[in-house]
Amino acid sequence: MPLNASDDRLLGGLDLVATLAMGRPVAESGLLARAHGGVLLATMAERMSASTSSRLCAAIDTGRVQFARDGLHGQDAARFVLIAFDEGAADDERPPAALLDRLAFRLDLSEISPRVPGEVETPSSEAVNSFDESVALAKATIDEEQITALCNVALAFGITSMRVAQLAVATAKTSAMVFGRAQVAEEDITMAAELVLAPQAKSLPNSQPQPDDSEASQDDATDDTQMRQESETAPQSDLRDTPSPQEKDTNDSPKDTSKGEREAMEDRLLDAAQSAIPSDLLAQLQATMLPVSAAQGQRSGGSAGRQQLSKLRGRPLASRRGDPKSGARLDVLATLRSAAPWQTIRRAERAAAQGAAGGMQPPVLIRRDDWHVSRRAHRSETLTLFAVDASGSAALHRLAEAKGAVELLLAECYVRRDQVAVVSFRGKQAETLLAPTRSLVRAKRSLASLPGGGGTPLAAGIDRALLLADSAQRRGMSPTLVFLTDGRANIARDGTPGRPQAAADALGAAKRLRAGGFNVLMIDTSPEPQDAARALADAMRGRYLGLPYAGAQGISAAVLAQTKQTKATR
Amino acid sequence: MSSPFPFSAIVAQDTMKLAMLIAAVDPSVGGVLVLGDRGTGKSTAVRALAALLPKMRATVGCKYGCDPASSSVSCAECATLKASGATIKSHLISVPVIDLPLGATEDRVVGALDLESALARGVKTFEPGLLAKANRGFLYIDEVNLLEDHLVDLLIDVAASGENLVEREGLSVRHPAKFVLIGSGNPEEGELRPQLLDRFGLSVDVTTPQNIEERVAVIKRRDQFECDTQTFTTTWKRAEDKLRKQIAAARERVKTVEVTDAALTRAAQICMALGTDGLRGELTLIRAARALAALEDVATVGDDQLRRVAPMALAHRLRRDPLDDSGSAIRVERALAEIFTEVASATA
Repeated sequence: MPLNASDDRLLGGLDLVATLAMGRPVAESGLLARAHGGVLLATMAERMSASTSSRLCAAIDTGRVQFARDGLHGQDAARFVLIAFDEGAADDERPPAALLDRLAFRLDLSEISPRVPGEVETPSSEAVNSFDESVALAKATIDEEQITALCNVALAFGITSMRVAQLAVATAKTSAMVFGRAQVAEEDITMAAELVLAPQAKSLPNSQPQPDDSEASQDDATDDTQMRQESETAPQSDLRDTPSPQEKDTNDSPKDTSKGEREAMEDRLLDAAQSAIPSDLLAQLQATMLPVSAAQGQRSGGSAGRQQLSKLRGRPLASRRGDPKSGARLDVLATLRSAAPWQTIRRAERAAAQGAAGGMQPPVLIRRDDWHVSRRAHRSETLTLFAVDASGSAALHRLAEAKGAVELLLAECYVRRDQVAVVSFRGKQAETLLAPTRSLVRAKRSLASLPGGGGTPLAAGIDRALLLADSAQRRGMSPTLVFLTDGRANIARDGTPGRPQAAADALGAAKRLRAGGFNVLMIDTSPEPQDAARALADAMRGRYLGLPYAGAQGISAAVLAQTKQTKATR
Repeated sequence: MSSPFPFSAIVAQDTMKLAMLIAAVDPSVGGVLVLGDRGTGKSTAVRALAALLPKMRATVGCKYGCDPASSSVSCAECATLKASGATIKSHLISVPVIDLPLGATEDRVVGALDLESALARGVKTFEPGLLAKANRGFLYIDEVNLLEDHLVDLLIDVAASGENLVEREGLSVRHPAKFVLIGSGNPEEGELRPQLLDRFGLSVDVTTPQNIEERVAVIKRRDQFECDTQTFTTTWKRAEDKLRKQIAAARERVKTVEVTDAALTRAAQICMALGTDGLRGELTLIRAARALAALEDVATVGDDQLRRVAPMALAHRLRRDPLDDSGSAIRVERALAEIFTEVASATA
C-alpha cells in the first residue's frame, strides 16, 4: 500500500478507461479489496494520514470495504493480514493510534542487526512443516477465569482499550488451535500476554500512573526514574508482591473460590509478560512517567503543527467539486474525468437544441458541474512564544538567563524553521518585544535591549501573550507558550498596584488562556518554588517547572522536552 | 456480518443506549452524537439498533420507502399515486440503518444521474443516493470528525429540512429524506466543529469500562457471540423482543404523553440557568423527556425525566466558559442540582 494512497486506489472507483470502452460503468476494486485473503503491507506507517488509517480501520473492523464513489456503490470482502512498518526514527513519529489499537502484535526489530546473522534464530523447516492445518480447524474455548486473568493483566499494564484485551483472547484461542487443544491452556494465555499485552504496555504493574505527577518538579521526576530503573534491574520478585488495585478489587469478592489459583496464574502471566517487554520500551515507559502536561489531549495541536487546508501549498488531497473562482486551482484531470461519462448525453442534447442546422461540436462538453478544484494540506508552523517577567522581583541575572535561553531555542527553532516571539512585562504594562519571526538577528537585537525592573503586571503579560498566540493560531500556526516568571503579581490589569487584585486578575487571565487550549509551560524563576506560579500553571492547564537554579541551558532543555513530549503524546 | 450483536447484550454504556432508544421513539429529537474512546462499542450499538427496531410499512416499489399512510410527506411519484386515489400496495420493511462509508463522494450521498443508463442508452435517469435510502430510518456516520466539511454541511442541512434537493445535468429532483443522524467519533483524532456539535439533538460521551467485571463481561459476550452466533442470538432473543415491543408501544404512547406547563417552565429554567443559545435546547429537552416518559410508560413528563435527559440534551450546547474549570457535563449536573434543591426546599 503506497503511503497516502488516494481513495480511488484504496477503496476502488470507476475504471474510466474500461467504462468508456465498454459503454457501461466498470468498477475497479481498490487495494483493500484486492488484499482480501492475503497480506496488506503498509510501509512507513508512521506517516500514514488519519483518513487512510480510518479507512483501514473500517475494513479491519467489518472485514469488508464499503464504497460509494463516482456513481458506484457496493461492498467488497476485505479480510486481510495487515503488516505495518513503523519506520519512525524519533519517538514522536508513530503510526495513527486508531490503527495501533487494532494491531495484535508488535515486534521490535531494532535489536536485530543484519550484520550479525549468527544471533538470529531461524525457524527450522521442520517446525514450520509440523503445523497441521487439519488439527487447527477445531475452535478452542476459553473460560471466564482465563478471560479475567488476561483482562487483569491488561489493566495492570495500563492498557485500557477493550480491543487489545479482545485481541489477547483471540490470540490465546488461536494458539490453542495451533497446538490442537480444544481448551485454552495456561501456555496459550501466557503467550497472548507476552505477544499482545507486553508490547503495548503503557505502564509497569508496580507503578500506577499518578495524576499528581504533573506537580512534581523535574528534579524529583529524574530521581524517580533512576529509582525505577534500579528497581527494574533488581530481581523482579518485588513486582509480584504488589498487586494492582484491580486485582485487589476482584480478590475481595467472596464468591470467587479459586481466587488463589487465579491470582497465582495472573502473577505468572505478569512475570512472563514483563520479561517479554523489550528493553527499550521499558526505558520509554519510564520516560513517559515524567510529568506529562495536563493539556495533552485537550487539543490535538502539538508542536508538530496542525494540518491546515490550503489552496496552493502543501501535500495534495483528493480534489472536489467546486468553483475555481475562490482562488483554488482547477484540477483539469479530475474535471475531464468527471465530464467523460456524460458526453453521450450532452452531445445528444446539444444536437437536439441546435436542431438540424448542426454547427461545430466542441471535442469535449464540459459543464460547471464537472469543475473540480485541487486542494492541499500543509503542516502548520510552530510558534514558540516566550512571556518574560522583566520586573524587579525577577532579579536581573534571571533576565539574562531567560534571554540566553531564548537565544538557544531560537537557534534550535531556526533549524526546524519554527518561529519565535517574545512578550515582556514590567512596570505597568506588557509589550510585544518581538513579533513572530524566524530572524535570529532581529531576535537577538530586541532581546539585548530588554530593560528590567519595576512591578509585575502579570495579568497584562498573560493577556498580551494570549492575544499574540491567538492571532498566530488564526494565521495557521501552532503556538507553544513559555512563561518565565515567579508568579508574584503586584500590578492589577488596570495598572494599579496591589497584590490581591493583581493575583486575582492574573488567575482570571490564566483561565482565559486555558480556554484557548494552547500548549503551555510555566517556568518558575524564583529562588524557591512558589505556590503562586504553580496555581497559575494549573489554571492554564500547563506544565509547571520549578527551575530555581536553571541557567539558559536548563531552560532551553526543558522547553525542548515540552515540545517533544506534546508531540509524542499526541 | 450477517447477524448483528444484540442490542440488549451490550454491557453497560447505559447513557448511549438510552439516547439511541429515545431517538428511535421520537426521531424529532434530532440525532445522536456519540463521542468516546476507541473500542467502546459505538458502532456495535448502532448496528444492533438496526436489528432491534420494529418493521415499518412502506409503499411497494418506492425508492424512498415512503409511508403509504402519510398524506404530507412523500416523494413525487407516491404523491401523484395518492392523488389519483389508486389503492397503494404496501409491505413491511426493516427500518433502514445506512452506513455512510468513509471516502463516499458527494454524488453517491445526495444521488446523481444513473451512470449506466447515461453511458449505455444516453438517457437521464436519477439514481437515488444514500440520503434516499436512509429516508425514515437512520444514517450512521462513523468518524464524523474525519468527514469532509462540505459533506457534513450537506448532511446537516438535509437532516434539518427533511428534504433532499438534487440539481444535476439539468435534472431537478426533490425527495423526502427524513432520517435520524447518528454520528460517532473520537475527539482525540480530530476536532469537531462547534457548529456540528450543536446540530445534533443528543450527545453522549462513552468511556471504556473501568471495572473488571464489566470488562470481562464485554469480552466474554463478544467471544460467545463470535464462537456461536446462533445460540447467542437465541439466548438474547427474548430480551430483544421485549425491548422491541417497548419501543413500538412507546412510539404510540409518545403522542399522548402530557407535557404540563410546569414541565415546560422547568425546562426553561434549566436552559436559562445554563445559558444555552436559542430555543433548540428547550425543544430537544422536552422532546427527549417526553420520549423517555413514553418508553417507561409514564403519563406525564415530570422532573425525573427532565433531569435524566438534561445532560445528553444540553451538555454540548453550552458555551465554553473560560472562568469555569469543570467540563460541561458537570456544569449541567450542578445547575440541575441547584434547581431541584430549590424546588425541594420550596415545597417543603
